[in-house]
Amino acid sequence: MRHWSWAIVWGLMSGVAMAQGGVLNLYSARHYPTDEALYSDFSKATGIKINRVDSDDAGILARLKSEGSASPADVILLVDAARLWKGEVDGLFMPVQSKILESAVPAQLRAKPADTGGTAWFGLSTRARVVVYDKLKVARQEVDTYEKLAEPQNKGRLCIRSGSHPYNLSLFGAMTEHLGPVKTELWLKGLVDNMVRSPKGGDTDQIKAVASGECAVAVTNTYYLARLMRSSNPAEKAMAEQVGVVFPNQSSWGTHINVAGGAVARYSKNNDNALKFLEYLVSPEAQNHFANGNNEWPVVQGLKLDNPALKAMTGGSFKSELIPISAVGMNQIKVQQMMDRVGFK
Amino acid sequence: MMRLFRPLFRLSLWIVTFLLAMPVLTVLLSWLQWNGVSAQILWEMSQNVLPEYVRTSVLLCAGVSLGVISIGVVSAALVTLFDFPLRRTLEWALLLPLAMPAYVVAYAYTDFLQFGGPVQNTLREWMGLQGRVLPEVRSVWGAVCVFSLVLYPYVYLLVRAAMAERAHHLMEAARLLGAPLHRRILSVALPLARPAIAAGTALALMETLADFGVASYFGVQTFTAGIYKAWLVMDNRIAAAQLATGLLLAVTVLVSLEQRAQSRLRFATGRSDAQSTEARAHTLKGWHGLLAFGLCFVPVLLGFVLPVLLLCRALLESVQSMAVPWVRFVHWSLNSIVLGGVTALLAVGLALWLSSQARFNGTALTRGLLRTVGLGYAVPGAVIVVGLLLPLGWLQSVWPQSGAGYWLTATVLGLVWAYMVRFVAVALQSVGSGYARIPSTLDESARLLGVSGWRLVTTVHAPLLRKPVAVALLLVLVDVMKELPATLVLRPFNTDTLAVMAYQLARDERLGEAALPSLALVVAGLLPVILLSRTLGREK
Repeated sequence: MRHWSWAIVWGLMSGVAMAQGGVLNLYSARHYPTDEALYSDFSKATGIKINRVDSDDAGILARLKSEGSASPADVILLVDAARLWKGEVDGLFMPVQSKILESAVPAQLRAKPADTGGTAWFGLSTRARVVVYDKLKVARQEVDTYEKLAEPQNKGRLCIRSGSHPYNLSLFGAMTEHLGPVKTELWLKGLVDNMVRSPKGGDTDQIKAVASGECAVAVTNTYYLARLMRSSNPAEKAMAEQVGVVFPNQSSWGTHINVAGGAVARYSKNNDNALKFLEYLVSPEAQNHFANGNNEWPVVQGLKLDNPALKAMTGGSFKSELIPISAVGMNQIKVQQMMDRVGFK
Repeated sequence: MMRLFRPLFRLSLWIVTFLLAMPVLTVLLSWLQWNGVSAQILWEMSQNVLPEYVRTSVLLCAGVSLGVISIGVVSAALVTLFDFPLRRTLEWALLLPLAMPAYVVAYAYTDFLQFGGPVQNTLREWMGLQGRVLPEVRSVWGAVCVFSLVLYPYVYLLVRAAMAERAHHLMEAARLLGAPLHRRILSVALPLARPAIAAGTALALMETLADFGVASYFGVQTFTAGIYKAWLVMDNRIAAAQLATGLLLAVTVLVSLEQRAQSRLRFATGRSDAQSTEARAHTLKGWHGLLAFGLCFVPVLLGFVLPVLLLCRALLESVQSMAVPWVRFVHWSLNSIVLGGVTALLAVGLALWLSSQARFNGTALTRGLLRTVGLGYAVPGAVIVVGLLLPLGWLQSVWPQSGAGYWLTATVLGLVWAYMVRFVAVALQSVGSGYARIPSTLDESARLLGVSGWRLVTTVHAPLLRKPVAVALLLVLVDVMKELPATLVLRPFNTDTLAVMAYQLARDERLGEAALPSLALVVAGLLPVILLSRTLGREK
């Protein structure tokens, strides 16, 4: 009797259940409800039950750090390159070797090989940080590079979310790599001078602000725009049609892309399942899901992409920047301090 | 028998206090780890942004104080001292905004009032205007309005209780002595309510200081936003903890102000005087009655009815495009309610125990311990998370077999612990003020009659504490259901709550879809609000 009651208490408290094919404990920062299908398909195919905690990148890293060797996590999914790098540097991931992952994920979209030969994390999908503009007020060539956003011609036009958001921190970190810190700080100052309003809201809010005429130029991740373009809500669709989109810096270093990726947790107790799951995420079905469910670009090359919104945006393909993700991660503190100095909120 | 247990009691008091104060202590101890990197970060911040963060926080607090006091006191005075159309309904309806998480109200109003929202679009069409026609919602002033609208019930609740208990017969006495109505209100009712006003405002301000959701969505750079930046962006938990000390200092001042106010409550008698039937409320007729109704209805309208309608509208707009996962919805709601319920019971039990200890052994030490425990309420959830994770991570690393890290997050222990750290203060406020109103002569009489210790608590105190306990249960339950940062990071696998889902959807910028869990959160929060107001109503 006593054993029974303990078992019940344990079951209730931990919420961890065992299934036939074993379990996989997942910490995920992916905040996209469309991913549900991804997880249930995996469970159906393998019989592995997924236990999940969705949180934000920073929360997940903090949690992993203090759980240490007692951590129940098997796989970590994060949505920002700088945070992936941070997890790697802090030793929260277990470098793994997998032919499937190594051949599927291009070298610049995964961690550099560890001394032991494994790879700490793999990019699974990418998103570009692009410029949207009011087609009536702004000429495309006025905003076709990130640098031009800070020029006087765009004064009183720009809307952008908080600089401290990971998506902007990574973009600015990349700019620091391209321009050097001195020029980047001037560039940030230029952005501040050009703002219509101090930063607030998310990327979708910025697109809506351009569509409503409050601003003329804004910066957004591609999937937010694609989601509006494909929305079943006519008002949202109309907004997306009102704005033009530019993939900046096509004639120089290319458009900034960020990567969402995954890793096996350092103290994973279900390594095999963890690796199986990561390998599943680069399968054509899963990659197609990233492309269609959340409007991201698959990392696997040569997949036929049938997302109309992404196609319409790029007109086929675009040039993306090639800089080491570690550099972006390392610049983060510097970037925040530059923003503090120039009053970028 | 009792004597035998006393050292044991003492010890457990120390242990509990330590557990609850640990995150706060971690914050304080962070100064010992002072190093070059964190010093450099703090210095940089103090040069550029800290003065503005402080200014914004002070402005926000001043505005919110003004807001919650004016709304809370006016409405409480109206419903207790006067009678007017629909007073009985408004009496409980005024509590409804308690069920609204501030961030949900912020989302709802932004969507409605922003530049491209329906109000401004319509105004532009009607008046043939161009550009901005209303001030920006997402500003410090917008935040002041949002916080005032959702936090005034704290003041209302406490002031109403204070006035209902004592004001009637004193007002009656003043009337018999010939004082006109305005004098009776200004020099009898309001001074009586002053401690309650202070206590309610302190709670509202602590909640304001701990907020991150509204501030980050509105782009308002508060001191708390600075703490988050130091932690998340600068990746320096030590600098973040050091900044949090500043916040703690501000809160210590608030708490001690509030406790001074509470101590003045001691002149009170233990009996509720509301029964004195000769003290009838003044009936307002005609446009006076209408005005009173209006003054009480507007906070309910703006703090509850309108945001709920706006959420429904957002929901209807997006409902065609989504499949509502009803089964999982029940699951999320259950998680929210169970977590809230368990924490509420624990927190109130603990508050009763701590307050009774403080009453029996009212040494400076016990009071100091209580004060430390009470600080948790104003600490942003994320700071508490760091405060729990840091020491346990340390324990895990020096003693890996302990599994400390596992117990903290793979079970609900860590989460409930974090909730207790934050919300025991709420229970303590209510129970403590209830205790303060029981005259110590009562204890002495009881002792003379041979009743002491635990029996004194159960037979004499408990019946007198029914109302404050009900209030405490409600406040903790609702607060836990709305809590976000700790829930987000510390919850075990597969235990999504309504607040978490609302946040995840909002974070993904799907505000229409976020409306559904938000509404469910409001509905789930309504239940305890209605239960409480019924309890309070019956007691009278």
